[in-house]
Amino acid sequence: MSLLSIEGVWKTYHRHPVLRGVDLDVEAHEVVCLIGASGSGKSTLLRCVNLLETVDDGAIHLDGAEITAVDADPDAIRQQIGIVFQSYNLFPHMTVLENITLAPVQVHKVPRRQAAEQARELLDRFGLADKAGEYPDRLSGGQQQRVAIIRALACKPKVMLLDEITSALDPELVTEVMGVVRELKEGGMTMLMATHEMGFAREIADTVCFLDGGVLLERGTPEQIFTAPEQQRTRDFLSRVLESRRL
Amino acid sequence: MTTQDQHWTKSDRQTERERLRRRAGRRSAGVATASTVVFLVLVGILVVTSPGWARVQATFLSWSDFRASFPDVLRGFGANVVMFLVAEPLILIVGLGVAMLRGTKTPVFFPLRALAVLYTDLFRGIPTLLLIFLIGFGVPALNLQGTPSDPRVLGVAALILSYGAYVAEVFRAGIDSVHPSQRAAARSLGLGQLQTMRFVVLPQAVRRVIPPLLNDFISLQKDTALVATLGVVDALRQAQIYSAQHFNYTPYVAAAALFVALTVPLSRFADYLARRAERRRAAGSTT
Repeated sequence: MSLLSIEGVWKTYHRHPVLRGVDLDVEAHEVVCLIGASGSGKSTLLRCVNLLETVDDGAIHLDGAEITAVDADPDAIRQQIGIVFQSYNLFPHMTVLENITLAPVQVHKVPRRQAAEQARELLDRFGLADKAGEYPDRLSGGQQQRVAIIRALACKPKVMLLDEITSALDPELVTEVMGVVRELKEGGMTMLMATHEMGFAREIADTVCFLDGGVLLERGTPEQIFTAPEQQRTRDFLSRVLESRRL
Repeated sequence: MTTQDQHWTKSDRQTERERLRRRAGRRSAGVATASTVVFLVLVGILVVTSPGWARVQATFLSWSDFRASFPDVLRGFGANVVMFLVAEPLILIVGLGVAMLRGTKTPVFFPLRALAVLYTDLFRGIPTLLLIFLIGFGVPALNLQGTPSDPRVLGVAALILSYGAYVAEVFRAGIDSVHPSQRAAARSLGLGQLQTMRFVVLPQAVRRVIPPLLNDFISLQKDTALVATLGVVDALRQAQIYSAQHFNYTPYVAAAALFVALTVPLSRFADYLARRAERRRAAGSTT
């Protein structure tokens, strides 16, 4: 069985269906990119996987266990899943180091000193060693987002969910965040990411999925999707994106 | 800093601009001073020339009565300070506890949550003075074993109940003001509901509600005088005793001065914190 498997997931808000029976498997060490227009359900799908939303139908399995089961413990499941948001959501009253060590210390019961050591190693690896004592509002958007990724990484998740993590960034800051994701892939991290950066999706994804109106319309290798999409709607979407010079 | 910055000299245009700005600044300072002086003089003349001024001066502003009564009033004021210092931390605990109860979603706590709503509705609705009467005279009348009969204890208990309800609402507003994305971020890291509250929501909420909390404290400092109605000898009661004996109201002025002396520093501190929070928002922090 796949590491993460999503079967027939439905989600509606006020009777408005956002996800309409999505099936998606993510293998261990695979990087899956979700593309699609705003409102196509990419973020909602990620939030369902992280149990920030409850599904209205279907099931999601992680490592063989059903996480959408009624008796599943959401806290225990979230400990195995890292998520990074578009708006970083760092804790503004904590330093960078405190942001990163909070969950390891409080949830995973790692001794404080050891957690700090591991956090410093991660900061060092991603070029933020000198920011450990800073508060988030003293950092650039790109730096904040890298810290957010490290914060999720510090919990040693089985899978990372990245929800349009470069959408709020100035173009020149996007590359530094992409660099971190690239490095995660080299480290063998399993990732499911929603993105608007088609060039990046093409470079980093093993599999690209096109979501349209809450349906997973097409899935394939980046080559297939970006050079020879089968569906007309995929072609339309990509040409619209191309027009706006995002590709 | 680049070398360009170091060699920058102001242009004539900028020098002229700054001269004009300084001149405008001096002018508005001059206007403000002049209008203040004129206003104070007018008020002074109005008061001093009023027909009853001599009487007022003798009964409210008698220096000899002030000196004679001040030690007693000051001693009474000590009781106000003690009541305030005892009530304040307990109010914070009650307020925070009630606010957190109202925020819980666990079904086990439903009766407590309902009780918390009832508590805030009830005690915010009763005038503080009325509540002091009800508790100060009602509780001893029950004749129950173990209930306190010291009016100071009962008065402070009434203040805690009344202010606890206000402070609970202040805390709740603070908790609600923390953006839901902060909770989502905490929960997604695997923190439980209580851990999220303790490490992420409360620290941010408390920082935001400090100015309105100080405002309630200032109000509480004054309302300790209401406990005098139960017979506690505080600053107000001391002033009453003296004026009843000497037919002079100066001790009231003395008591008022003491309350003002205590609240003004706290008011300035609240202003300072509010200004600092404003600056932080202007600086564009992340939340």
